[in-house]
Amino acid sequence: MTLTDWFNKRKMQQIAARDNDVHIDDSIGKLWTLCYNCSSQLPKKDLENNLMVCPNCDYHFRIGARQRIDLISDKDSFCEMYQEIKPCDPLNFVDTQSYPSRQEAAHAKSGLDDAVVVGTCTIEGQKTAIAVMDFEYMGGSMGSVVGEKITRILEYALLNKLPSIVFTASGGARMQESALSLMQMAKTSCIVAKLNEAKLLYITVLTEPTFGGVTASFGTIGDIIIAEKGARIGFAGRRVIEQTIRQKLPADFQTAEYLLKCGQIDFIVERKDMKEKLSKLIYLHTKK
Amino acid sequence: MKEENKKVQILEFEKPIYKIQDKIEELKKTSADTNINYDSEIKKLEEQTKIYKKELYQKLEPYQKLQIARHPQRPNFMDYVHFICEDFIELHGDRHGFDDKAIIGGVASIEGRAVMLIGTMKGKSTKENLECNFGMPQPQGYRKALRLFEHANRFNLPIITLIDTMGAYPGMMAEETGQGEAIATNLKEMAKLEVPTIAVVTGEGCSGGALGLAVSNKVMILEHAYYTVISPEGCASILWKDSSMARVATDALKITGDDLLQYGIVDEVIKEPTGGAHYNAQEMAQNLKKSLVESLKEFEGMSPEELRNQRYSKFRAMGVFAQ
Ligand SMILES: [Zn+2]
Repeated sequence: MTLTDWFNKRKMQQIAARDNDVHIDDSIGKLWTLCYNCSSQLPKKDLENNLMVCPNCDYHFRIGARQRIDLISDKDSFCEMYQEIKPCDPLNFVDTQSYPSRQEAAHAKSGLDDAVVVGTCTIEGQKTAIAVMDFEYMGGSMGSVVGEKITRILEYALLNKLPSIVFTASGGARMQESALSLMQMAKTSCIVAKLNEAKLLYITVLTEPTFGGVTASFGTIGDIIIAEKGARIGFAGRRVIEQTIRQKLPADFQTAEYLLKCGQIDFIVERKDMKEKLSKLIYLHTKK
Repeated sequence: MKEENKKVQILEFEKPIYKIQDKIEELKKTSADTNINYDSEIKKLEEQTKIYKKELYQKLEPYQKLQIARHPQRPNFMDYVHFICEDFIELHGDRHGFDDKAIIGGVASIEGRAVMLIGTMKGKSTKENLECNFGMPQPQGYRKALRLFEHANRFNLPIITLIDTMGAYPGMMAEETGQGEAIATNLKEMAKLEVPTIAVVTGEGCSGGALGLAVSNKVMILEHAYYTVISPEGCASILWKDSSMARVATDALKITGDDLLQYGIVDEVIKEPTGGAHYNAQEMAQNLKKSLVESLKEFEGMSPEELRNQRYSKFRAMGVFAQ
């Protein structure tokens, strides 16, 4: 084994060790963050100045919807829409907590009313409809609000003949809404069918992590499917698969890089290049 | 397929009924052996059984229905083909190197109407189940279904899908070949179809794996079948961190036909024989056939555009939120 092999192996093991429900460890303090990947202690400021990408190993930390929008849209061009759509509790769902209390906690954690922010912006001057999911709100799970807001912004794109981009980040279904959550997969896929027929560009950017219902609906039916570097993407969770097939999966299984090899995505983009890549794609598909 | 000779496997909650029935048999035997007349006792017990049965099966808890939906002898896709179709010609393969046996499809005739009939297939023995992967499709299964949807669309055949699956298969090849994409593409392409599409959840309707065949003009469910975003066991282990809470999760997820009707997720609940479909596959199939034929009539004469609009509006309206 060469030293490079050893480093690669260690890196893959570290990727594998990351868990679906890991969250940024605040206990280290407000000034330092531990990189999951290379375990280096990073001054938070350095990390923020580097778009939340580890300067040592290029590991892309998850970012929130607002931060994502700032990174890809022209300054002050984002115009949020459909904020009035808010979650309720149609099933009166209670597990160890009630659904409303989980909503409250998620709101406090993320500052959002649900797991997606939608609106229009310009990307290097090109008007675009965008939807950006936020993992901090209940793991980016898709309930009625996520489904409705995504459908509305794509309807807006259809009506106004705009290109559209959806950034996904989701653990899957919003179990507290059961079959209503499942139906959001159908609803969002139906509007994409209309975009297809209208020949309007629909791009999806899969970011860390994208699983379950989002992978099996609007996430993977983009005209172009992009993955952000290092993102884990899949239908079933790693543990479920390992339990089913009773064998260990490769360390890099379900990473963006693995899926690229499997032909499941068009290409991988680093965060710093995201805006430029999106802008070029829109330009190449819409110039006359 | 012939179930008459096979003994029905009794579920735990049904055992009290069978205890009374055993007692009746015992009395009858004693009566014959000893010439003592137990008729009045027997009659009383038979009355009791009848009342008890009625009460039990009318007020099944969701968790009990779940057991019926998963009953190993529940009629499967090929049983329904046998009882419902005058003709069925199976069409194999996804045309990209694979024929997933967890999804079966073909052209069929139902009361003289030509249709495309597609469904998930569960086996009744270990051997059968290994062949059809316990009814859990690979991406290639969804792609075979899509090919058949498109075929039906070209030849103006209404599409009937029968769904009974624990979900799409969570395997390595499934991920590598795009399980998510295969399901998503079906959702999107089903929206575009120009023929009537009717889906029936006949047993388990679990998550995206079920929905991948069910973006249809009309969605029906059998009385004891269930339709959910995640299995109650999966939900219990994620939310309660305890899979033994499955019974509580089953209630919370509101997975029964009546619940789904209320939320507009299904359009019709099809009655099952007393005790569940496995007690009388033929009767079940007749009920199903009747609903299918009536549903086909509902969409007769609708233009492709009307069919698409009806389907689109139906799914567009799904979801509950405040604004
Ligand atoms: Zn690092």
